[in-house]
Amino acid sequence: MAKLILSMDGLVLKEIPLSKERTTIGRKAHNDIQIDNLAVSGEHAVIVTILNDSFMEDLGSTNGTLVNGNPVKKHFLQNNDTIELGKYKLKFIQEAGAQPAAAAADFEKTMVLRPSAMKAAAEQAKAAGATGAAAAQAARQAALQAVGTAAQAAGIAEKPAAVHAAPPPPPPPPPAAAPAAAHAPAAAPHKPSQPLGAIQLLSGGNAGKELELAKPLTTLGKPGVQVAVLTRRPQGYFITHVEGAQRPTVNGQAIGSSPHALKDHDLVEIAGIKMEFFLKS
Amino acid sequence: MNYSQILEIASCTDPGMVRSHNEDSIASDPANGLVVLADGMGGYNAGEVASGMATTVITTEIQQLLTKVQPFQIDEETREPVAGRMIREQVLKANTSIYQAAQSQPQYAGMGTTLVVCLFYDNKITVGHLGDSRLYMLREGKFSQVTRDHSLLQEQIDSGIITAEQAKHAQHKNLVTKALGIDPAVDPEVHDYGTKPGDVYLLCSDGLCDMVEDEDMGMALQALGGNLKLAAQQLVQMANDNGGKDNVSVILVRVLREYPAPRGVMGKVFGWLK
Repeated sequence: MAKLILSMDGLVLKEIPLSKERTTIGRKAHNDIQIDNLAVSGEHAVIVTILNDSFMEDLGSTNGTLVNGNPVKKHFLQNNDTIELGKYKLKFIQEAGAQPAAAAADFEKTMVLRPSAMKAAAEQAKAAGATGAAAAQAARQAALQAVGTAAQAAGIAEKPAAVHAAPPPPPPPPPAAAPAAAHAPAAAPHKPSQPLGAIQLLSGGNAGKELELAKPLTTLGKPGVQVAVLTRRPQGYFITHVEGAQRPTVNGQAIGSSPHALKDHDLVEIAGIKMEFFLKS
Repeated sequence: MNYSQILEIASCTDPGMVRSHNEDSIASDPANGLVVLADGMGGYNAGEVASGMATTVITTEIQQLLTKVQPFQIDEETREPVAGRMIREQVLKANTSIYQAAQSQPQYAGMGTTLVVCLFYDNKITVGHLGDSRLYMLREGKFSQVTRDHSLLQEQIDSGIITAEQAKHAQHKNLVTKALGIDPAVDPEVHDYGTKPGDVYLLCSDGLCDMVEDEDMGMALQALGGNLKLAAQQLVQMANDNGGKDNVSVILVRVLREYPAPRGVMGKVFGWLK
């Protein structure tokens, strides 16, 4: 979370986390940050924080607001910006590392890429030096890449391009470097810490055989007669009835229609075959 | 023709593990062989509004049309079954409704939705889609993706900038190039495919396919094919177990038997004349 550090004459007075969407600054008591000084207007300025972006807006104050020494009406705050109201200074601090994480979270949201954005990017790419007929395809490809980064920048609360103007990431982002990769390795492999389960058949033709339950789901039984599925989940293993008039039993009790959690050494019977569930390792 | 004895339909929708509300919307009409899935986007509750409008407008309009015309009848203009045009026109209608709502009400500004809609008739399926909601098919043990996303990622894959493997780790999975309700005009992709008895069709929002590998989805469908409802729940659960970053919606449709269009002698004669 970003924060402001209020100081006067180099003396730190207060640290204010920007936890609210609107943080108001002014002389009057109802402001979130009250600065009781006559140079400060009753309602002087407001800081609007959306996700990890903060904007400072002057609310028509008498003496105005300076950011890094320049008078501003509205300003997109960046790390270490200094807001000045009269003799008071507010330093804007954005915790390092917070930004990429937030960006990654934003990327989860579906957004529309408008054709106009594509065109603009294509023109940019062309202007960037792609000329000649053979370059047309290259321009298109460049556009696709450019839009990727441009849209990321544009999509998030209209961040000024400067924020994301860092060199565009190479098109094939190595998995480890991509912020998203740390975020959601889609279909993450099951955590190695999760113990591996297995079943051992106790009756029937294959009695004595052991079956490791390494897959997310394993079906057991005879199709058309009785089928159950053993699912491997982060919480452990579960058995669920799939089809057949008879339900599988766990320790002699028929299971209901919802998944039933399996414990180490549970005795399971499916389609007349008895088996024992156990955890390996 | 009533398809409720021909198609088995099961569905499941869930907000997932992270989002507080569900912006996906699903609708199914087994009697008419119609299923619709939409994944809304836009601030506050606007995403839900957009996806809800899409599913409602499309199902009610198509239901109405189906009382007057059969989907397999040949269109005078296009010389193709009317189903394609039916879907296209109703998608446009939904687009207009959403776009106008977004224009007239400030709280809905910028809302939109992805869409996949399927109409079953005459041993066929007509599929319309926009954005990154998908249709998959399980046929004779083979699980494959039917629709191709309208997304930046897909375009990059198509143009060879990145491989499908790299795409899994891409940052901009969420950027769609087409959606319903964003612009006054929209061009849905509409295709016909033949169906076979035993086929299982899976419609899903990106909350499923971003979280669960295709391979695992296929495995779940195959393993739990005997119990479609359970399969739908299992798919949602797998997405949630893997993190459930987005809303997850699933519609499963199994084709139980052949369903050729009931063409009378007159119908055939008409068909020849055209």
